[in-house]
Amino acid sequence: MKTKDMSYSEAIRDAISLKMHEDEDVFMLGEDIGVYGGAFGVSRGLIEEFGPKRIRNTPISESGIAGAAVGSALTGMRPILELQFSDFITIATDQIINQAAKIRYMYGGKGKVPMVLRTPSGSGTGAAAQHSQSLEVWMAHIPGLKVVQPSSSYDAKGLLISAIEDDNPVIFYEHKLLYGMKEPVPEELYRIPLGKAAIKREGTDVTVIATSIMVHKALEAAKQLEREGIEIEVIDPRTLVPLDEETIIASVSKTSRVVIVHEAVKRAGFGAEIASVIVESDAFDFLDAPIERLGGKAVPIPYNPELEKHAVPQVSDIINAVKRTLQRGEEV
Amino acid sequence: MITTKIPPSLSTNQMRKLYHQMWLIRYFDEKVDEFFARGAIHGTTHLCVGQEATATGACYVLENEDKITSTHRGHGHCIAKGADVNRMMAELFAKETGYCKGKGGSMHIADVDQGNLGANGIVGGGIPIAVGAALTSKMKNLGYVVLCFFGDGAANEGSFHEALNLASIWKLPVVFFCENNQYGMSGPVKEMVNIENIGDRASAYGIPGKVIEGNDLFSVIEATEKAVARARKGNGPTLIEAKTYRWKGHSKSDAKKYRTKEEEQYWRKEKDPIQLLANRIISDNLLAKEELEALQLQAREQIDSAVEFAEKSPAPSLTSLELDVYA
Repeated sequence: MKTKDMSYSEAIRDAISLKMHEDEDVFMLGEDIGVYGGAFGVSRGLIEEFGPKRIRNTPISESGIAGAAVGSALTGMRPILELQFSDFITIATDQIINQAAKIRYMYGGKGKVPMVLRTPSGSGTGAAAQHSQSLEVWMAHIPGLKVVQPSSSYDAKGLLISAIEDDNPVIFYEHKLLYGMKEPVPEELYRIPLGKAAIKREGTDVTVIATSIMVHKALEAAKQLEREGIEIEVIDPRTLVPLDEETIIASVSKTSRVVIVHEAVKRAGFGAEIASVIVESDAFDFLDAPIERLGGKAVPIPYNPELEKHAVPQVSDIINAVKRTLQRGEEV
Repeated sequence: MITTKIPPSLSTNQMRKLYHQMWLIRYFDEKVDEFFARGAIHGTTHLCVGQEATATGACYVLENEDKITSTHRGHGHCIAKGADVNRMMAELFAKETGYCKGKGGSMHIADVDQGNLGANGIVGGGIPIAVGAALTSKMKNLGYVVLCFFGDGAANEGSFHEALNLASIWKLPVVFFCENNQYGMSGPVKEMVNIENIGDRASAYGIPGKVIEGNDLFSVIEATEKAVARARKGNGPTLIEAKTYRWKGHSKSDAKKYRTKEEEQYWRKEKDPIQLLANRIISDNLLAKEELEALQLQAREQIDSAVEFAEKSPAPSLTSLELDVYA
């Protein structure tokens, strides 16, 4: 397989371009996705490649364009809707939650809504409280939606292709701070199935389940812990819905210790769901210490860079949590 | 008396069909009302008795491949778009033979294959969806038009504004059809908007707007024909506002304290869309009185057998509970 160094945003653009060449029902709509190239430059060049009919620049109307995506999907298209910031999903939620997610079930199995809503989430850009949230758990709570959170270029491309081909509404959360991150990515079209976690690093001592940008922080923590002789296993679920429970349970059964880390606010965050999946499974019998859950502080994301940084888990927090869980095990 | 010109293209047979359909809608909803009161239908339901001309007239104009989006008060739209009243009634009875296999109920009846993209429990929720369906028609060059029903209440939702603007700038083949039945639940339209006609809002989107007498079947047909033709030619959307009135309350538990008996009587006695149509048919000598009675009876019998079908149908199996969440 021929590969090329691609940034996360290039990988996403590549997935869109490949699918648009292959399937004329695929199109994109969103605010400033035309010549401007999208708020984070992801769609740069696509309007030149496919023209304004398939790269549809829209007014600032999140509810209207989300509904247009739903209606076009219901009638045979495969829209990719870009929302500039995942915070703006608040304005589109009726169409996503009350319409897209429920149509098939409400209609007794008739009709389908094959759409992808792509949107950048997360903090770290100084954009403060209304442009920095991680709200993925809202969508994960809604039956009928699938939720994807790629942490690398390779995953982003393969997952997006699967999301576009999926016959259900898929919410695809990109992390703003990952857009520039590069790695070798196959040039051809490939798929990563929704519902398959990735073991990003193998280890024997503690399982660290991390999502999105926290995967990179966990890998950085792994490097530092390795020097102290601690080997953590890093698991990236990649998709929250469907969730690959099997991979998580197998890893926990092996290591007996768990740290879960996400950027989203810890309270009622997806980490609570993952922790429950573990304790409700046979892996419970293998646990040697309480599960450690790390998440954002229960505050709106602040503007000051130091405050902003401290609102979400850092590498040192992961290292400390790993050590805590090892110590708790020792006490027994 | 209604005086709008009867479209010359409308044959005697079509006239029979329209008259029959208006009774079919009325009897359907009256029957639902009756069963609701008896507790045989549960949940909630919104009846369109008194508004039969809007659904019947507007859908009459459509071709088979055209599509509609409907509202919580959608039984009439559904029937007018060609739905089978047996399966509709079965859905209200929460039966497996219903359009949604008993999972949707009154507010979610859809018949995607027949171009009915669904009723909607969210006020204004269907308007952007209609725009999306029209976008498909335009992008794939399919030639169909989308008729989007909504009420006066929905015209105050943000989705209305966003959808009309979007459809206008993209010149989409959609007809926005506002059934102004004077009340959004208990909110009188006179208190909730500060303009005389919702149809006047069309100018804000750079599209034609037309305000019509919604209980005059021929006025509905005339306005919709023009709007559909414009949409089909690729000239973009139209906003139609049809003034009408719902005879019943908003939903099951409505004491109707927000309006007077006199007002209700006026609309029932003076502006009953079916009576207005019958008067016109008789005065123009289009059909005999006996024939009208026969059509009315036929509609009543159809609804009776729909009830029988619904009652005899099986309930959905519990194993269906978790089916069809995902495609």
